[in-house]
Amino acid sequence: MANQNNGVSSTTTTTQPLWLLAEITYRCPLHCAFCYNPTDYDKHTQNELDTKSWISVLNQARELGAAQLGISGGEPLLRDDIETIVEEAHQLGYYSNLITSGVGLTDKRIDAFKKGGLDHIQLSMHDITEEINNFITDTKTFKLKKKVAAMIKDRGYPMVLNVVIHRYNIDHIKEILEMAEALGADYVELANTQYYGWSLINRNQLMPTKEQIDHAELVTNQYRDRVGNKMKIFFVVPDYYAERPKKCMNGWGEVFMIVTANGDVLPCHSARVIPNLEFPNVKDDPIKGAWYDSPAFNKFRGDDWMKEPCRSCPEKENDLGGCRCQAFLLTGDAESADPVCSLSPNRNVIEKAVIDAQNPELQAKPIIFRTDKNSKRINEGEEKDRLADFHSVP
Amino acid sequence: MTIQTTDIYKIAAHHRFQWEKAQDCYVILFPEGMVKLNGGAGEVLNLVNGESSITLITESLEKKFPDTPNLEKDIVGMIELALEKAWIEKVN
Ligand code: SF4
Ligand code: SF4
Repeated sequence: MANQNNGVSSTTTTTQPLWLLAEITYRCPLHCAFCYNPTDYDKHTQNELDTKSWISVLNQARELGAAQLGISGGEPLLRDDIETIVEEAHQLGYYSNLITSGVGLTDKRIDAFKKGGLDHIQLSMHDITEEINNFITDTKTFKLKKKVAAMIKDRGYPMVLNVVIHRYNIDHIKEILEMAEALGADYVELANTQYYGWSLINRNQLMPTKEQIDHAELVTNQYRDRVGNKMKIFFVVPDYYAERPKKCMNGWGEVFMIVTANGDVLPCHSARVIPNLEFPNVKDDPIKGAWYDSPAFNKFRGDDWMKEPCRSCPEKENDLGGCRCQAFLLTGDAESADPVCSLSPNRNVIEKAVIDAQNPELQAKPIIFRTDKNSKRINEGEEKDRLADFHSVP
Repeated sequence: MTIQTTDIYKIAAHHRFQWEKAQDCYVILFPEGMVKLNGGAGEVLNLVNGESSITLITESLEKKFPDTPNLEKDIVGMIELALEKAWIEKVN
């Protein structure tokens, strides 16, 4: 992966967008408590790009070097033009991936995807118990998941399962892996919840304890040793319990480009939380200019923007100061070190978050599920207090 | 695994090998991943087609790069690496 560019000046780049993530719609039949979509997504559900615009996006990004394409959402299958998009992606030489909850996948559609050249399908799974699957997604989707897994396998697709891990399923890791193995999974991603969007405001309800995580990691390692290469298992560690932040998106504007349902071009899914950054939109701007020349993409490229302690930190190449969105959300300053870092002067906010998540009173507050209605209410300012509990105000 | 010169390999299932103009190199694409191959590695994998043996691949590359000594050793080394990474599969 391209990663040679950590020290560039903030106005030029030699990087190429290797991964294009198309967040093709924010509509979704599921209502996951841990969804990382923006809580204000309802604003962006009315003005979705049409098929022609997506095809233009695919062409432009491919020209710049993008080779991996992720089609996600929301639930991408709510659009009826995925077949066309997949076919175009294949013609252009993308390795394409449909990231889905499985809702809306029919025999007819999967056959069309196969014919059109879709390379793989990543299915989200939630738990081995129907009860928790249905609770955390706020839908009755448990049986459907297994049916869809069988359809994917049947078409000769690699079986890629993604399981978001949180307090409600973390103690079932072994059983989840057994289920994955029984379904014939080739890849399993156990992704600990990262706290953005809906998962941030539900953090007290979702965050497991350090002991639970350590145990889950141990179980995962043992399982991995047993199955070897037959089923590749990835365990994405949660950063709140780490000493150093993650190198978010492998660097701002380094390899990932996200195009959202309404055409915004972003360096990461949640970049729009950062105030005073104007993101390019494919309706007005060519993708090339968005990637290379837009102030938003150049803002956090390289390390010129850094403040202390990052600026003079000998480790800065490793994590580039962590996640800009997390820095902003939790400290109010997007240019500060990611507070996950033990060298950050704001590390206390992470420690407080961990303590809060163990407070029974806070845990008992209701989950705000990701629904259009809740998004509307948030946009109208109704959940102000809840949001304020998790978002630092600059 | 020891590699025989009679072995035949193909690009592994769910993997795609292709030339990338923008990167000016061959790449391997697979679920969640992309690896850029340096010149030599790309030349070798370009001939891994489910039909040609290591001997045949070596002969082709010797013709293409007559001044490079010890090609077979490099080719076998590359095949070993690709097998270990599960980018290729043995056919025969
Ligand atoms: S996390 Fe759940 S609610 Fe959010 S987009 Fe995915 S399936 Fe829909
Ligand atoms: S101080 Fe900044 S650059 Fe250094 S390790 Fe922490 S986050 Fe990374």
